[in-house]
Amino acid sequence: MVSKEITIRNRAGIHARPAALIVQKANEFDSQIYFEKDHNKINGKSIMGIITLGAGYNTTLTVTVEGADEEAALQAIVQLFENRFEEE
Amino acid sequence: MEKFTVLDLLDLELKEHNTLNLKCIGGRAGLVRVIQEPDLNRPGLTLSGFYEEFAFQRIQVFGRGEWAFLKKLYSENRTDTLVEFFSHEIPCCIFTHNLQPVPSFSDMAEKGGCPVLQTDLPSSEFSRRIIRALSSVFAEKKTIHGTLVEVFGIGVLILGDSGVGKSETALELIERGHRLIADDSVELRCVNGNLLMGSGTNMVAGHHMEIRGLGIININHLFGVGAIRDQKQVQLIVELEDWNSTKIYDRVGSGEQTLEFLGVKIPSVQIPVKPGRNIPIIIETAAMNERLKKMGYYSAKEFNRNVLSWLESESARTVYFNKKDVF
Repeated sequence: MVSKEITIRNRAGIHARPAALIVQKANEFDSQIYFEKDHNKINGKSIMGIITLGAGYNTTLTVTVEGADEEAALQAIVQLFENRFEEE
Repeated sequence: MEKFTVLDLLDLELKEHNTLNLKCIGGRAGLVRVIQEPDLNRPGLTLSGFYEEFAFQRIQVFGRGEWAFLKKLYSENRTDTLVEFFSHEIPCCIFTHNLQPVPSFSDMAEKGGCPVLQTDLPSSEFSRRIIRALSSVFAEKKTIHGTLVEVFGIGVLILGDSGVGKSETALELIERGHRLIADDSVELRCVNGNLLMGSGTNMVAGHHMEIRGLGIININHLFGVGAIRDQKQVQLIVELEDWNSTKIYDRVGSGEQTLEFLGVKIPSVQIPVKPGRNIPIIIETAAMNERLKKMGYYSAKEFNRNVLSWLESESARTVYFNKKDVF
């Protein structure tokens, strides 16, 4: 199991489009992916879960990945956040 | 848990017979004070000057008696006990029956930074309501991945890996006239230690669903207000999983399986998913069977009892007729 804290850097926060990108990326991997914010832990493969986290600008989330391809999955997710979901 | 402040208490969204009708009449600066205990205190003893074991961390409720005593204290100018009262970090004082505290009490509260609230409810009714509201706020919580629907009045929690068809199953159930409580992430709360209540995690995204190929849809607008519900007790858990030919599924149904969430055991069934299997109708049947069980009728057990008594009568008949019997 690997986990990492990431901060949301795009102004709009996680709305529908970034959420779709995250889910798309998460579904490429077999590992279980979870996002956690204020004791709220949700499945990274569900779009509604990610949107309902209510992660706005500068919020910090904890990503936890568990499974066979965990390293690669974490890397890919972190990459998405660092690219600001190709916004701005 | 996040901190629950007095302001959150004022903002609590409660309906009809649960409303607290609270309003703030003084000490606004103290609205940020945190309520740490889901409990009340009637400060009768304290006002008379007895401060041992004073439960100051609780919400202080002033009913008619306390209010009249306060009035007397102020008219006789014996306010030293109140100075001590406000030296404690009290979350808030609440006056019931729409009672207005004497102005000097409000001034002292203002200085002590203690919010003063007022409600039009009588003390006993108010206590009942606020205890109920607070126990729900302070209840143990857990967010899980699943879909919660109400089928024939039974709260059915559908669990399963992503992509197994939870949302599609729920959609078909809604189409058949059942209700959606939450899709994708369900917040479970343990109420009274033996009830599991489920609701959506976020009001903004309430009653939306994501269906692969369609995107996000609004159930409330598509199917009407009759198709949704805010919260429901979880009474049955349905686990969907891909059909596994090596696994043995329950064929008789007399074994009682349960799953435990937050210390509450809930009856559960495992349903294998395969193309051509109509999952919604199986869930409907499971819910109806659960209702029957609640009424004390267990289909599988009843069936087995009948089989047993039939076998017994058959063998009795064989003995009686000395095996020569041909009917």
